[in-house]
Amino acid sequence: MSPSRRDRALQAFTITGGALPAALLVVSAFTDGLGANPVERVTHATGDWALRFLLLSLAITPMRRLLGWSWAAPLRRTLGLIAFGYACCHYLIYLGLEHFFDWQLIVEDVLERRYVWAGFSAFLCLLSLAATSTRAMMRRLGRRWVSLHRLVYLAAVLGVIHFLWLVKSDLREPLVYAAVLTLLLGLRLWFWLARSRARKPAPKEAESKMSEA
Amino acid sequence: MLIRRAEPIKSSEITSRDLFLRRREFLRSAGWAAAAAALAPTLACGDEGEVPPPALAAGVDTNPFRTDEELTTFEDATRYNNFYEFGADKSDPQRYAGSLRTRPWSVAITGEVGKPGTIDLDDLLRPHTVEERIYRLRCVEAWSMVIPWLGIPLGEIIKRFEPTSGARYVAFKTLLDPEQMPGQRSRMLDWPYVEGLGIDEAMHPLTILATGMYGRELPNQNGAPLRLVVPWKYGFKSIKSIVEIRLTRTKPPTSWNLKAPREYGFFANVNPDVDHPRWSQKRERRIGEFRKRSTLPFNGYADQVANLYEGIDLRKYF
Repeated sequence: MSPSRRDRALQAFTITGGALPAALLVVSAFTDGLGANPVERVTHATGDWALRFLLLSLAITPMRRLLGWSWAAPLRRTLGLIAFGYACCHYLIYLGLEHFFDWQLIVEDVLERRYVWAGFSAFLCLLSLAATSTRAMMRRLGRRWVSLHRLVYLAAVLGVIHFLWLVKSDLREPLVYAAVLTLLLGLRLWFWLARSRARKPAPKEAESKMSEA
Repeated sequence: MLIRRAEPIKSSEITSRDLFLRRREFLRSAGWAAAAAALAPTLACGDEGEVPPPALAAGVDTNPFRTDEELTTFEDATRYNNFYEFGADKSDPQRYAGSLRTRPWSVAITGEVGKPGTIDLDDLLRPHTVEERIYRLRCVEAWSMVIPWLGIPLGEIIKRFEPTSGARYVAFKTLLDPEQMPGQRSRMLDWPYVEGLGIDEAMHPLTILATGMYGRELPNQNGAPLRLVVPWKYGFKSIKSIVEIRLTRTKPPTSWNLKAPREYGFFANVNPDVDHPRWSQKRERRIGEFRKRSTLPFNGYADQVANLYEGIDLRKYF
């Protein structure tokens, strides 16, 4: 398969995979599959999938470096946008079905409940990433685009904190996400350290080279 | 037989289960039909949105023991439960509570009583007549239900065991058995689950020990075979699957207060003016309803219980 054909197939596969959880939720909604508190179930599910796809997108670069999966690189944006899609649903459900667009209550919530502002901040990060995700934006922003898109790390950390802070007692689920995120960020840190060490020669080597010269 | 009526009922008089569960709908639709016919001219301009049932418009039931509000469906009441002994998901108790053996079951009555002892559950209940109590139940997570319990006033049971003058609190304990209760294998909470009430709260006519709901025995996921129901407090006070009732001089420990003392107090009275540190308590979602509704002080039982807390700062003692 030619690379571009393969890329297109991968994109199609990823987008289909991304839409699947949403489709299943919609089907469940019509078949009483959402339980006694459907709003809670859908809020939780959309939040879950936003985090999962975000972590998946953060796994691409480590996989590329560790396993040489260069074909995966174009999927980062796709996965990130899917995560943003679920985050939007999660946020809209919160605004509309928890608070019924009562803006006073919403502002109060964001200001007073720390898990809400953590989630809101994560959403703002994702929003700015999504808005600058096009190739046109990449060209316009140049080097600043790379700096801006480091916000993805903050978004993921805030997302996990949001989850940790809202759970009543069973910390196991949010801790799993925290562990995965720590692993992914840890790998990046390791690569970054390895690269910066490779660029600088060891001090003794440089000295002896100079004395020989 | 667990549920015993005061006098025998002819089988021909027994309402079909379906109609029994739908009786409020039936009566309401019949009633509204009649009212609508009578009031048709004045009902021309209705107002859409939340219209509370007339009895609760002022936050007051006509009969606090049996609210007129619409019952939560049996299905919802048995598939959406917080019973961490069987898992932390709302659907876990229904899925896993089948492993609970509810007979034989005995309850230890201990502490500041004249006649302490361990008694078989059926012997404990036999002298009493089970009554139906239809109460709102408000979870601290801001959802609520209306459930027709079958139970006995806790005060009646306590009196039988002759509490001494030193009895100032009543402590309760749930079964501890990780084999029957798989959730107890994880340290989500310090097992066994414990709860407690002041003696005045325990003796209050609203407080019951429930053995059934919806006209039948308690399903396992709802706290079989014996649970507490204190309708003016957050649901976590209504401890399930009770194996011990102890009367004490000092305030007993309570599980959620041990877990997070800044978030869960001893009183845990339903109070829209005192938020949980992490979320608001002003509104709640009645399971089965789409829009949220305002939470009522003491879950709508203020008239019956507010006097118990006169002079107490409910913000400090939450």
